[in-house]
Amino acid sequence: MGMTFETRQGLSSRRGFVSTLGVTVFALSLLNCGKKTETAAPPASAGSAEAAAPAPQKQFTAGFIYVGSKSDYGYNQAHAEGAKTLTSMGIKVREEENVPETLDVQKTMESMINLDGASVLFPTSFGYFDPHILKMAEKYPKVIFLHCGGMYTEGKHPKNVGSYFGYIDEAQYVAGIVAGMTTKTNKLGFVAAKPIPQVLRNINSYTLGAKSVNPKVTLSVIFTGDWSMPVKEAEASNSLIDQGADVLSSHVDSPKVVIETAERRGAFSTGYHASQAALAPKGYLTGAEWNWETVYKYYVDKIQKGEPFEHLLRGGFKEGFIKMSAYGPAVSDAAKAKAEEAKKKFMDGTLLIYSGPLKDNAGKEVIPAGTTMAQRDIKLEAMGYLVDGVKGSVH
Amino acid sequence: MSQVSPVPTSPAGASGQAPSARPANSRAARTSLLKKFEPLLISSAAILATLFLFGVFLIFDGLNPLDVYEVMFRGAFGTSFSFQNTLQRSAPLMLTALCTALPMQLGLLVIGGEGALVVGGVAAAVVGLGMRDSSPYTVLTAMFFAGATAGGLWIALVGALRAYRGVSETISSLLMSYIAIALMNHLVEGALRDPESLNKPATRHIGEVNMLGPIPGLDVHWGLVFGLIACLVSYVLMKRTVFGFAAAMTGGNMRAALLSGLPVRRLMVLTCFLAGAAAGTAGMIEVAAVHGRANASLVAGYGYTGILVAFVARQNPLGVIPVALLLGGIGASGGLLQRNFNLPDASVNVLQGILFMVILVSETLYGKLDLWSFARSATVRKSAEAGVTA
Amino acid sequence: MSAELGAWGVPVAVLAGAIRVSTPFIFVSLGECITERSGRVNLGLEGTLVMGAMVGYGCSYLTGSPWLGVLAAGLIGVVLGALHGFLCSRPRVNDIAVGIGLMLFGIGLAFFLGKPLIQPSAAHLPAIPFGFWSHTPQIEDALRVNVLFLLGVVLAPLVSFGLKRTRWGLIVRTVGESAEAARAMGYDVNRVRTLATMAGGFLAGIGGSFLSLFYPGSWNEGLSSGQGLMAVALVIFARWNPVRCLYASLLFGGASALGPALQAVGVTKGYYLFNAAPYALTLLIMVLSSSATRTSADQPAELTVAR
Repeated sequence: MGMTFETRQGLSSRRGFVSTLGVTVFALSLLNCGKKTETAAPPASAGSAEAAAPAPQKQFTAGFIYVGSKSDYGYNQAHAEGAKTLTSMGIKVREEENVPETLDVQKTMESMINLDGASVLFPTSFGYFDPHILKMAEKYPKVIFLHCGGMYTEGKHPKNVGSYFGYIDEAQYVAGIVAGMTTKTNKLGFVAAKPIPQVLRNINSYTLGAKSVNPKVTLSVIFTGDWSMPVKEAEASNSLIDQGADVLSSHVDSPKVVIETAERRGAFSTGYHASQAALAPKGYLTGAEWNWETVYKYYVDKIQKGEPFEHLLRGGFKEGFIKMSAYGPAVSDAAKAKAEEAKKKFMDGTLLIYSGPLKDNAGKEVIPAGTTMAQRDIKLEAMGYLVDGVKGSVH
Repeated sequence: MSQVSPVPTSPAGASGQAPSARPANSRAARTSLLKKFEPLLISSAAILATLFLFGVFLIFDGLNPLDVYEVMFRGAFGTSFSFQNTLQRSAPLMLTALCTALPMQLGLLVIGGEGALVVGGVAAAVVGLGMRDSSPYTVLTAMFFAGATAGGLWIALVGALRAYRGVSETISSLLMSYIAIALMNHLVEGALRDPESLNKPATRHIGEVNMLGPIPGLDVHWGLVFGLIACLVSYVLMKRTVFGFAAAMTGGNMRAALLSGLPVRRLMVLTCFLAGAAAGTAGMIEVAAVHGRANASLVAGYGYTGILVAFVARQNPLGVIPVALLLGGIGASGGLLQRNFNLPDASVNVLQGILFMVILVSETLYGKLDLWSFARSATVRKSAEAGVTA
Repeated sequence: MSAELGAWGVPVAVLAGAIRVSTPFIFVSLGECITERSGRVNLGLEGTLVMGAMVGYGCSYLTGSPWLGVLAAGLIGVVLGALHGFLCSRPRVNDIAVGIGLMLFGIGLAFFLGKPLIQPSAAHLPAIPFGFWSHTPQIEDALRVNVLFLLGVVLAPLVSFGLKRTRWGLIVRTVGESAEAARAMGYDVNRVRTLATMAGGFLAGIGGSFLSLFYPGSWNEGLSSGQGLMAVALVIFARWNPVRCLYASLLFGGASALGPALQAVGVTKGYYLFNAAPYALTLLIMVLSSSATRTSADQPAELTVAR
C-alpha cells in the first residue's frame, strides 16, 4: 500500500478535479434520462404497424429459461417436461436454469437470440414479464416471447409477446374433493409461499372443493414468505400436522419437502405442479398438475405454419391445459367417483367454482347471492381474500 | 573497486541495497521495476493458476478445457453484445465491492453489502415515488442521496457496534443483511405495496420518465459510470488524502494510531458509512435503471459477489474495476456454459471459489519475488566473506 | 385421533423445533468451537455444511444406509477442513478470507455435483420415539428425537471435558491462547490448528448430513440459509464454551420455529419479521454481551474475529 503525502494545495486541486468530474458525469446521466420520452415510441403503435403473423418457420431454435432447477419436482420441472415435447417434435431447444428475475434474464434472452439464434423464447417465471420481456420484445420485434402467467393486455403489450396460463385452481378443486372425502380429522393443511392472487385462488378452490363434499372441513394455511424455503416448508408442515391436519397440500415452487414430511408423519398429501407420487407411495392422494404439452404443441403448430397465435391463452380441464395425478392407493372409490363427476362438469362447463353467496373468513360477503363468476372473470385475477373455512390471514 | 555491503540485510532490503561490481543502476532498476509490477504479475499468475485448476476440474467432467474457455471468452468479451453484457454486470459489482474494500483499509471485514444494497434500493424507491412529479434530475438526485444515506447508515451501525461495543463486524454485518432482506419483504408486501402488483409484490413504479437510461451508443445503463466514479473517488480518498492515510494507519497498527491521537472510532464509523453508501447506491441503481420499483429481485447476490471482487482486487479500489469486469465476464459467460456444455450453473461458483482461494494463497508470494536477488546478494556476501573481490 | 392443542401448540412446536432445527447448529458450533479454541476461524463451515449434506445424501442414496451417508459427510468435512488448514498455514493468509473462499467453493461444488440428487429419495436417519407415553400425536412427534440430536447432546459435555482435562485439549488451548508459548513447548502451531480445523470440519459435515437425511430430509439448493455462518456467531455468543454452544443452538432452533408455530395458531401478522427473529435475537445478544474495553476472558487470545 503506497502512500504519498500531497501538499495541501495539491490535495484540494485533485479533490476538486475529481468532484467536478463526478458532478459533470452525474449531470450528464440525468440529462440523458430526460430524453427518454422523446425517443420511446409507445409499444401499441409500433406493434400494430407491423404484421402480427410471423413467417412460417419449420425448423427453429427455442430457448427455455427457468428461475430454478429443472429437476425440482415442481414448477420448473413441469415446464421442462413440456420442453421435451418440443424436442420430440424436432425443434432445437436450449435451456438455462437458475436465472434470477433481474437484468440477468434480459441478458440471457439476448444471449440466446444473438449467440444461439433462438427465434422463440419461453421465459417461464412469472417475474420475467415486467420489465424484462417487454423490454426485449421491443428490442427484438422478430422474436416471439411466450410467457407463463396470463399478463398480456391487448393494445398495451407488443404483438410478438404471448401469454399462457392454466386454470389450475380447477384441478385444485378436484384435489380438494378427494382431500375432503379422505380426511378423518376434517382438518386440511396448506403450505403456501406468498399471499398473492394466484396462490389465494388455489387455496380457496381447494377449500371450496373439499367443503362441497364435506361441509365440516376447515383448512389452515401457513405462508413461508418465499417460493423455495425447504426448512420453513418443513417447519410449516410439521406445525400444521401438529395442529391436527391430516391432508397437506402446497403452493410452493417445489412441493417435495411438504410431501415427504407428510409421508413421514403418516399424513395424506396432494401434490402440485407435477406428480410427486413417487415420494409418498402411501399417502399421496392425487395432485393438480400442469399439462404444458398441450399449450406448447399449439404454439409450435402455429409458428411452423406462420399463423398468428392467440395472445392470451388460458384454459382448464376442457382445453387440456391441466390434469390430475393418478389416484393413490388411499383414495376410496366414492371419492374417485365424486372427483370424476366434478371433472366432467368442468369439461362441459357446468361447474363454476366462484358463485354467490360467498363469504370470506372474516365474515364479509365477497360474492353476493345470485352472482356467478365465470372462470375467466378478470376480477378473480385480483383475488385478495380467503374464503370462509380457511384459518389464516392474507396479511 | 567493488562496494561490499558489510551487513547482511533481510530479503526485502537486499533488493534495494544489492552490492555489485556491475553498475548498481540496472539491478536496482530491475528489481524496483519488478516490485512495481509485482501485483500485476502475481495476480496474472493467480488467474492462470485458477484456469489451470478449473481446467482439471473440467477434464474430470469429460470436457476439453480449451473449448470451454473459448466459449467463455466469446460469451464475455468476444462480441459487442457479450462485452456490453459484461460491462453491465460489472456495474453493481464495482459498488458492492467497495462495501468490503473500504473498511478493509482499517482492517475491518464487512460482508453486509447485500443488506445495504437492499436497504438503499427500498429507500430510493420510496423517495423516488414521493417526488415522482418533480423533474427527473431532482428525482434521481434525491433517490441517489436516499439510497446512499440509507445504505450508509446501515453499515455505519455495524461500524459503530464494532467501534463502541467490540462486536465482530463480520458477523454483525451478515446478521444485518438477513434482517434487511426480511424488512424489505415485509415492507414491500405490506405498507409499501403497489396494489396493482398483485402477483409479484413491489412498490409503485417511479415513472418511466424518471428512469436512468442507457449510456448513449451503448446498451449499458449509467450505473456503470456511477461504479467507475465511485472506485476512482475511493482510490483518491484512500490513497491520496489525509483521511486515507489515517485509515491505513489504523488498519496497520491500531495502538499506534490511538497513540497518535487519531479518532479511531470515528474513522471506523465514517468509513463504514461510505462503504454502505456505495452498496446503497448499487441498490438505488437497480431500482432506477432496471426495475423502476423495489421488490424481492433486489436480492440478487451482488453483495456477496462484491466481497469476492474486493478480495481478488486486494482491497484496492482501482483494482476493483478490472476485477469487476473479470467477474462480470465470468457471469456473462455462465449462461453459455449451461447451454453449450450442459454444465450446471454452479460451475461459475466453483470457478469463483477456486479464484478466490488461489488469490488468497498468492498473498504469500508478495515480497518473495526478489528471492532470487536475495540469493544473489547472499552469494556475493559469501564471496566477500571468503575474501574474494569482484 | 388427535387432540386440539390450541394455544399449547405453540410451546410444543417451539420445543419440537428447538430439537429439530438446532441439531445442525449443535454440530457446526461444536466443531467451530474446537477450531476457534485453537486460534483459527473457519467461516467456510457453511460450505462444509452444504457439501456434507450433498455427500451424505448421495452416499445414502447409493448405499441405502443413512449412517454411511453420515460418515461420508464427516469425511468430506475433514477434507475441507484440511484444505482450510493448509491454506491458512501459509504466511500472511487471512483465515477469515479463506473461510469465505471455501464457503463459495464448497457451495458451488455441492450444487455442481448434487444436480442429479435433487429428484431421488434417499434413506433417512432413524428417530427414537421418546414420546411413546403420550397419546397426543403432537407431543409424540415433538419428542420423536432423532439420533443425531442425542449424539450432539452427549458430545457437548464430552468436548468440554476433552478441552479442559485431556492433554490434547490442553495443547489446543495453548495454541489458541499463545502461539509463542506453544512453540516454546515444541508444538507445531500450524499442525495443531489444521488438525483442530479438520475435527471441526468433521462435525460440520455431520451437521450438514442431518439436513439432508432427516430434516427437511431432501437435497436441494435452498437447504442451508446461512446456518454455517450463524453457528460461528453462536460460538462467540456462547463464549467458546461447548456446553453453552448446545444451549445457544437450542435457543436459536426454538426461535426459528416460532414463526410457523404462531401462524398455525392464527398469529399471522408480519411473518417476515418472525423469520428474521433468530438473526435479530443473535445480534441483540451479541451486542449486550460485548464490550469495547474488556475482551472476554474466555476468548482465545490468538483469535482474529472478535477483537
